Amino acid sequence: MSVATDSNEKFAQYAHPERLVSTQWLADNLGTPGLVIVESDEDVLLYETGHIEGAVKVDWHTDLNDDVTRDYVDGEGFARLMSAKGISRDSTIVIYGDKSNWWAAYALWVFSLFGHEDVRLLDGGRDKWIAEGRSLTTDVPRPETTQYPVVERDDAPIRAYLTDVLGHFGNPLIDVRSADEYTGARTHMPAYPEEGALRGGHIPSAVSVPWARAAADDGTFRTRGELDAIYRGEAGLNEGDDVVAYCRIGERSSHTWFVLQHLLGFENVRNYDGSWTEWGNVVRVPIVKGSEPGVAPVPARQR
Amino acid sequence: METSALPQQLAEIVDDFQALSEPDRLQLLLEFSRGLPPLPERLTDHPELLEQVVECQSPLFLTLDIADDAEKSVSLFFSAPQEAPTTRGFAGVLREGLDGLPAAQILAVPDDVPERLGLTRAITPLRMRGMAAMLGRIKRKIRESGAA
Repeated sequence: MSVATDSNEKFAQYAHPERLVSTQWLADNLGTPGLVIVESDEDVLLYETGHIEGAVKVDWHTDLNDDVTRDYVDGEGFARLMSAKGISRDSTIVIYGDKSNWWAAYALWVFSLFGHEDVRLLDGGRDKWIAEGRSLTTDVPRPETTQYPVVERDDAPIRAYLTDVLGHFGNPLIDVRSADEYTGARTHMPAYPEEGALRGGHIPSAVSVPWARAAADDGTFRTRGELDAIYRGEAGLNEGDDVVAYCRIGERSSHTWFVLQHLLGFENVRNYDGSWTEWGNVVRVPIVKGSEPGVAPVPARQR
Repeated sequence: METSALPQQLAEIVDDFQALSEPDRLQLLLEFSRGLPPLPERLTDHPELLEQVVECQSPLFLTLDIADDAEKSVSLFFSAPQEAPTTRGFAGVLREGLDGLPAAQILAVPDDVPERLGLTRAITPLRMRGMAAMLGRIKRKIRESGAA
């Protein structure tokens, strides 16, 4: 059973207002049957310091990634995770997290690979909830397990692989990393040197729109008008475009994927999760250094 | 687990972690995070005296004092925000495990100590590197001081 959506005026301007809830909506709906709240943070211990009442924790690294292959969990692994967290296939899921929902958006994107239908973000995330003085608890819920079905992951609509990107040239690419990563001055994000690459720069023709530009100072998403000005205006995206977004490992670009797909209504947006830690290490793929996007090479034939 | 090469106060912490199940190890790390003492006033007023460990995922600053005694005893100071409990936890372990020890003894601490806490699977190798970087930074500062 889906829980009623948030009729917030700001959200009504977005293409898919049902994908967001406000902190007030969440406070009003705590304990509503059919609603499961998920916290997903960068810091693996943050949930333990205090979380929204009833929220379960999903860790991007230990829960959503396969621990051998560089890939996400499979259908069985996802069903086990959902079951353990008390989530049914028809549950309404609200995800929130630290750092402007950066990791929460990543979790939402992975949940979407399995076609979980009703999954939403808390606008402003953990920081806004706390800034408003709303309560946290350290009580960890012990949900009853569910019979979540084994659904095979369907990557193609929203996930791009290396070969897809090689065949994508001529269509828009958005690089959401910091300016220094884009130009190639750095091969990793400030403070994350272990996720480096052997070459610096960007994928030819990718325009630079750092992910955090989509977030206001309080961590909420910018308004429809502001987002249109950034992505349709500056980045030059047009209705009907087939867009690929990437960053370093695919988490920051999940945030941008959410903005393009759910807030602005682009229907063909894929997240290239291999991102720079793959591209910047692959032998003989084209790379552009400097602040200009560069020219798109002839696209490789897709496999 | 071989802990004989570690200073006693650090070996005890490693043993405590090793004795626990994985979820309880995370809880213990959280306790170290809560137990990390605030900076003394002379340092809160002078953040420029602290050095940032950029390898940590969250801002972590540290500095140390080396006493003018025979052993060159080292005092450690860390600062990390409350929103970064994992980073604070690592700092808490190193502070309790190393604070007050002679400089030479800290330099002799094996670099793989973070891996001995048994947290790598739960925390992931990526995150554990922040702790190794803190230890490396402490050793480098001791070496640069010429104390040992």
